[in-house]
Amino acid sequence: MFRLEPRAVTPVWITAVTPLLAVLATMIAGGILFALLGKDPFETIRVIFVAPLGDPYSRTEMLIKAAPLVLIALGLSFGFRAGIWNIGAEGQYVMGALAGGAVGLAFWNVEGAWLLPLMALAGMAGGCLWALIPAFLKVRFNANEILVSLMLVYVATLFLSAMVSGPLRDPAGFNFPQSRLLHESARLPIVLEGTRVHVGVLVALIAVVVAQIVLTRHLFGFNVRLLGQAPRAAAFAGVNAKRLTVVLLGLSGALAGLAGIFEVTGPIGQLQPSLPVGYGFTAIIVAFLGRLNPVGILLAGMVMALTYIGGETAQFSLGIPAAAISVFQGLLLFFLLAVDLLTRYRVVPAKRSGV
Amino acid sequence: MDLSVIDPISLFVGLVAAATPLLYAAIGELVVEKSGVLNLGVEGMMIVGAVCGFATAVTTGSPLLGFVVGAMGGAVLALVFGGMTQYLLSNQVATGLALTLFGLGVAALVGQPFTGVKSPRVAVVHLPVLSDIPVIGRLVFSYDLVIYLGIALVAAVWFFLNRTRPGLVLRAVGENHDAAHSLGYPVIRIRMMAIAFGGACAGLGGAYLSLVRVPQWTEGMTAGAGWIALAIVVFAAWKPWRVLLGAWLFGGVTILQLNLQASGFLSWLQSVGIPLQAQYLSMTPYLVTIIVLVVISADRTRASVNAPASLGKSFTQTG
Amino acid sequence: MKLQGIMAAAVLAAGLGAAAQAQDPVKVGFIYVGPVGDFGWSYQHDQGRLAVEEAFGDQVETTFVESVPEGADAERVLRQMAQSGYDLIFTTSFGYMNQTVNVAKQFPDVKFEHATGYLRADNLATYSSRFYEGRYVIGKIAGAMTESNVIGYIGSYPIPEVIRGINAAYLGAKSVNPDVQFRVVWSNTWFNPALEGDAAKTLIEQGADILMQHTDSTAPMTIAEELGIHAFGQASDMGGFGPNAQLTGIMDDWDPYYIERVQAVIDGTWESTDTWGGIDTGMVEFAPFSDKIPPEVLADAVAAKDAIAAGELHPFTGPINRQDGSPWLAEGEVADDGTLLGMNFYVEGIEGVIPQ
Repeated sequence: MFRLEPRAVTPVWITAVTPLLAVLATMIAGGILFALLGKDPFETIRVIFVAPLGDPYSRTEMLIKAAPLVLIALGLSFGFRAGIWNIGAEGQYVMGALAGGAVGLAFWNVEGAWLLPLMALAGMAGGCLWALIPAFLKVRFNANEILVSLMLVYVATLFLSAMVSGPLRDPAGFNFPQSRLLHESARLPIVLEGTRVHVGVLVALIAVVVAQIVLTRHLFGFNVRLLGQAPRAAAFAGVNAKRLTVVLLGLSGALAGLAGIFEVTGPIGQLQPSLPVGYGFTAIIVAFLGRLNPVGILLAGMVMALTYIGGETAQFSLGIPAAAISVFQGLLLFFLLAVDLLTRYRVVPAKRSGV
Repeated sequence: MDLSVIDPISLFVGLVAAATPLLYAAIGELVVEKSGVLNLGVEGMMIVGAVCGFATAVTTGSPLLGFVVGAMGGAVLALVFGGMTQYLLSNQVATGLALTLFGLGVAALVGQPFTGVKSPRVAVVHLPVLSDIPVIGRLVFSYDLVIYLGIALVAAVWFFLNRTRPGLVLRAVGENHDAAHSLGYPVIRIRMMAIAFGGACAGLGGAYLSLVRVPQWTEGMTAGAGWIALAIVVFAAWKPWRVLLGAWLFGGVTILQLNLQASGFLSWLQSVGIPLQAQYLSMTPYLVTIIVLVVISADRTRASVNAPASLGKSFTQTG
Repeated sequence: MKLQGIMAAAVLAAGLGAAAQAQDPVKVGFIYVGPVGDFGWSYQHDQGRLAVEEAFGDQVETTFVESVPEGADAERVLRQMAQSGYDLIFTTSFGYMNQTVNVAKQFPDVKFEHATGYLRADNLATYSSRFYEGRYVIGKIAGAMTESNVIGYIGSYPIPEVIRGINAAYLGAKSVNPDVQFRVVWSNTWFNPALEGDAAKTLIEQGADILMQHTDSTAPMTIAEELGIHAFGQASDMGGFGPNAQLTGIMDDWDPYYIERVQAVIDGTWESTDTWGGIDTGMVEFAPFSDKIPPEVLADAVAAKDAIAAGELHPFTGPINRQDGSPWLAEGEVADDGTLLGMNFYVEGIEGVIPQ
């Protein structure tokens, strides 16, 4: 019936229109779902999709929710381009939060402008080192990084739990498993008065720009793409695959760790066992939804954040169960991923003789 | 510490049961990956299988029907993934993750009326004479039918992949889909069948959880088993028998660390000057899996060759 | 308590509370850490919410958000709720503590109630339940009924609440059986049915003939039923999963407290309080006692339950030593709430380690 023809060049209007098409399809499918649940479909869609955009507080919260997703996804996207499968960003996020948080607790109540940068560095180092474990095991022992990075998520989560119920426990907190609250010097400054928008959001935005430049204008970006698309050609071109593997895993770990310490020094303010909430996994979706492109990742992160925030409001104002929200998110992702087809291929009627 | 309270036979019997949901999900995913498709939605398919199986068994009173519908539920969800990735050429990694999100939501919605309901019992097959043999009787003949079928499934998958022509074709599709296509094999149809099979197996694993292992329906009851199943496929280097090994290893270490805790191992450690928190013992299944993987992967000549070359890549039929 | 609420509602309906009645319904919000379908912690809180709706009818409007992660998200959900005109908000997990404190500061007119925490403000009350009282009672039953003298205990995380429960149960068991031993396994999860079931099997294989659990799934109860031993339920009535196994269970019953607090808001008498309710307030309820319990054991347990409810018996009454043998409570001395709240040591006689 139909046949797909790869596009040499994707017209700009297609790139712009296809996501809207996906959103429209999601609204229809989601509307049917909500109607089946006995809710007003139009009101529900409005609350999830439109209302947060119109509310100033929700808009700032979208930035806060998107920031860690975008930071992690940016790091992952470089690895994914090169065919390196770090699916353990969640663990690197935890270890970054833990390392940076531990530094903050070590200097508890010590004032100084140097403290936050030091914590951020420690956070990046923590995430980076955690990611270097699968990197090292891969290049030295050929162990698959999917398995190692995934298993290390569980190890990191348990380690965090052991730390906050042991050495890092709040001495005045009745032995509950959480750390002290970080003091003022160890908290990220707020950028917009009266909101929770912190410096980490700005850093995430800067990271998008930097990533875009590196990817398109720098030899490093070229090598990454080459390694992913044509490993043999990369070898001829003098790309050291092992070194690049280590660098890319380390980079994605560092960014995940940075996201972790920003979350601790930003909106949370302490170490607690419930830090891992799945950002590391959601970021993988964000990375691909953004087509591994920094600007695309930013947009994808904002869309994910929108559905989370709208979904929460829909829960308490309309009584939509959380499960229906995740079905709705799943639908949105399916449609967004499906319309990608239209940007990459032209659908043309099949020639009888073809195939 | 009193290690004599740990009974090695019980330990083995326990690990076999603990490994079964992982075994089903992993062997299914192995076939999918062998055909060149990476479906990260195992967790979603498992939980949909769990809820479909449970709901069916409760409504009809038949656990058998429960398993059948559980498998179908997993397969249907897998076909959503298949349609997306094979026909609409969406990215497999992202689609698989979205499938998990979607599956967890669907299962929670479907399962709402079944929270706190009790399921009909699944009878353990008692082989009269055999299961009474000392030691061997318990080690080999004390399980329910689903466990035996799981092991048989591993054998069948091994036989199919290595000794049959369709199995060879499936592997060829996973190695190089363009070549397989030019030889006239229907790449997409083969992959769709593999994906459906993988979904059905994950669904069975989920149904085993909700009908036998727990047995009960609760939101989020798979608690990450789908992710472990994915890791086991990698651990097994895409070899069926090693899936069995991986599932038993993971299940075994899990049971062993519980046994060590119960026998006062931590107190003993403290008495010799190593105060260790229970969290560190809970880490051992993950750490041991990594260590064993490193040991068996270190043989550079053979490892990684077995990974299907087209894994995760979309196939487009052009021209 | 329920009756009291209904009566109060009737009084209002009769026009005596015309001032309150003329107002809009009181809007009550709940934030749960798990899904309402967990059949454990969050499920029981939601039962409390439904009880509020039933007791007050049109006078209240309730809502909830489920599966809210403890952290950055909780603060946003709370704020959105407060902003949308909710009068009273219950945050039902310890991990929401600092978020609740923050939002309470920003919305002085909204009343907050945080479960199991210890930070309060003028518009932020705390409430929790003395589950350890119930555990002392089931400890007595377990101690009297065990034949192997080994009780298996499945813990979630080594936090004060869980440790307090183990100590109370042990003291109860020891009061009737000096030879009793406790074997504790930490699952490091609140909810993982498969793992909890394995832990239960392990404990039984190692000689335990009675199980207690401080995790949320019914898997251990099912295993106990299957292997023909006895067990105690947790959070909700698990009798359906172990008709022969369940001796009784400790149930979280938040209904009376929630109704009382909503009533206070309607009456305009709400104040920030620190409630730590036990058997006497109805917060700690027991699942029906099984007829498998011998009559004299049951009588003893019920007597202990009544004595605790009447304030005549405190499970932690000296002499009690700590695990290392150092004295904790002298003869006749009763533990203070501060020590209980932050309890991180075993009492003498329990084997095992709590990391410091």
